[in-house]
Amino acid sequence: MAFTIPPLQDLSPPRWVKPSFRVSHFLPALIPILACLYVGVVILVPALAVVVQAFAKGFGVFLDNFKSPELLSALRLTLIATAIAVPFNAIFGLAAATAIARHRFPGKALLLSIIDLPFSISPVVVGLMLVLLYSPTHGVFAGVLQSTGWKIIFSLPGIVMATILVTFPFMAREVIPLLEEEGWDQEEAARTLGASDWQVFWKVTLPSVRWAALYGLILTTARALGEFGAVSVVSGNIRGETQTLPLFVEDAYKQYHTEMAFGASLVLATVAIVSLLLKLAVEQLMERDRSAVKGGEE
Amino acid sequence: MTVALPRRGQGLLSRNRGLPRWLRLNVPWTITWTYLSLVLFLPLAGMLLKAAGVGPAAFWETATSPLALSTYRMSFGIAAAASLINGVFGLLIAWALIRSSFPGQKLLDTLIDLPFALPTAVAGLALSFVYGSEGWLGGPIQRLTGLEVSFTPLGVAVAMVFISLPFVVRTVEPVLRSLEREQEEASWCLGASSAQTFLRVVLPQLTPAILAGIAQGFSRAVGEYGSVVMISSNVPFKDLITPTLIVQMIEEYDIEAATVIGSVMLIFSLVSLVVINALQVWGQRYQGGDASG
Repeated sequence: MAFTIPPLQDLSPPRWVKPSFRVSHFLPALIPILACLYVGVVILVPALAVVVQAFAKGFGVFLDNFKSPELLSALRLTLIATAIAVPFNAIFGLAAATAIARHRFPGKALLLSIIDLPFSISPVVVGLMLVLLYSPTHGVFAGVLQSTGWKIIFSLPGIVMATILVTFPFMAREVIPLLEEEGWDQEEAARTLGASDWQVFWKVTLPSVRWAALYGLILTTARALGEFGAVSVVSGNIRGETQTLPLFVEDAYKQYHTEMAFGASLVLATVAIVSLLLKLAVEQLMERDRSAVKGGEE
Repeated sequence: MTVALPRRGQGLLSRNRGLPRWLRLNVPWTITWTYLSLVLFLPLAGMLLKAAGVGPAAFWETATSPLALSTYRMSFGIAAAASLINGVFGLLIAWALIRSSFPGQKLLDTLIDLPFALPTAVAGLALSFVYGSEGWLGGPIQRLTGLEVSFTPLGVAVAMVFISLPFVVRTVEPVLRSLEREQEEASWCLGASSAQTFLRVVLPQLTPAILAGIAQGFSRAVGEYGSVVMISSNVPFKDLITPTLIVQMIEEYDIEAATVIGSVMLIFSLVSLVVINALQVWGQRYQGGDASG
C-alpha cells in the first residue's frame, strides 16, 4: 500500500481512513464562516450602528452636537483627567517593569497578580472604594477633608483617581514580558562602561522596550478616555461640571437626545478604532525590530 | 539560558546589598511600592475597614437580603452563560485565525479586540439600539420569536457576551499556535478519526487555556456595569445586576449597604484572580513543554 503523509495544511483525514468522515471536509471551510458570522453579529453590527446613527440625521446635525456646551465641557474634562492620569501611570508602569521584570524573588507572581487586580475588580467597586476613603460625610478621611475644605469626591481629583486606579496595570503588563525576554547583557555593558542608573534606563532600557511602552501608553490612554463605571460613582455626574464624555453619552441617551449620544459615542469610538490601528502598527514595528535583532545575531 | 546572571546593578545604593531584595531601596522599587500603596492598597484597606465596621450580623443580613440574592443570581447566572457561549465561539474563532486563511482574516483579528478598546458606555448605547424593538436585530428577533432583547435579562446577556468575547480567543490563540501538527498526523496515522483526534489529542491541550479564558470573561462580565446599565431596564428582581444595585445604593446614600455588597463583589474578584492564576500555571505546562521537549 502506498503510504503518504497528509500535507500540513490539510486538516481532513487521509482518503484511506473511512469514507464516513467525509463530513469533515466541509468543517474546515465552515469554521471561518461561523467565526465571521458570530463576530459580525456580536461586534461589527453594533460598531457600524454607532457610525450610522451618528450621521442618521445628516452631517450638519452631527456637527451641531459639538455646539452643545455640556458636550464640550464633558470632552474637556475627559481630556484633562486623561492628561493627568496617563503620565502618572506611565511612570509607575516603567518603574514597576524595571523593578520586577529582571529579578527573581519570592512573591513575584503574587506581585504581578496584585498589579492585575484592577482588571478583575468591578469598576463600580473601584468607585465605591474611593467614596469610602474620600467622601466628606462617610469617608475614612472625612475629618481631614472637612477641616481643610478639600474636595475629592464629586470633583476632578476623584475622577482622576478613579481613572488612575482603573488603568494603571496596562503599562507594566505590556513592558514586563519584553524586558524579561531581552535579558541583562546591554545594561551590564553600559554599566561596565561607567553609565549611571539613570543613563542606563534612559539610553538602554527605555529604547529597547520603546514599542511595548508606546503600546502600553496607547492602551492606558484609550481606557482612561472611556472609563465609565468608576468615574460615574465618584463624579456625581453634574452636567457641565463633573460629567465626562462617557457619562455624557449615558445621560444624553437617558434624556432621549439620541443623536447627541451617538455623536459623542462616535468621538469615543473613533479613539478606540484609532488605538486598535496604532496597535497593529506598533506590533509590526516590534516584529521588525525582533527580526532585525535576529538578523544581526547571525 | 541557564547561566546565572550576575547580581549587579540592582540598586542605586549598594550598601543595601545584604538585605532581601524587596527591602533594598532603589528608585524603581520605591516608586512601585509607593504608588501601589497610595493607589491600590489604601482604597482596599479603607473598604476593609468600613466593611469590618458593619458588624457580622448586619453584614450577613444585607449580603443575603432577597434583593441582593436576586442580583447575584442575575449577575453570576447570565455571566456564566455568556462566558460559556464565548468559550465555544472563542475556540472556533481562534481556530479560524490560526488554522485557516481567508480574506478578511486580519480584519477579524482586529475586530476581536474592539470590546477591549470600545468604552463600555458606547457599547451599551450601540447594543441597546441594535437590539431595541426598533433596532436592526432587535426588531427582526421580536417579529420572528416574540422575544424582547433590550430591557430584559436577554439584553444583559447580549452585553455580557459582547464584553467577554475577546478573552477565550486571546488565551487559546498562543496555545493553538504552539501545538505540533505532528501529533495530529500521528493520531491520523494510527487510525483515529478527525473527531477522535480533536477530542483526544487537541482539546486536552487547549482545555487549560479555554478555562482560563472563560474564567477571565466570567470575572469581567460579573463586574461589568457601563454596557449593561444601558441595555437593561434595571428593575429589581427582573434584570437588575449587582454592580447596578451598588450604584443605586450609593445614589440613595445607603453607603453601608453598598459597602457590604461591594465587599461581596471584591471577595469574588480576589477568588477569581486566584482561580485564573491557577489555571494559567496549569496551562503553562502545555505551552512551555513543547518548545524544549
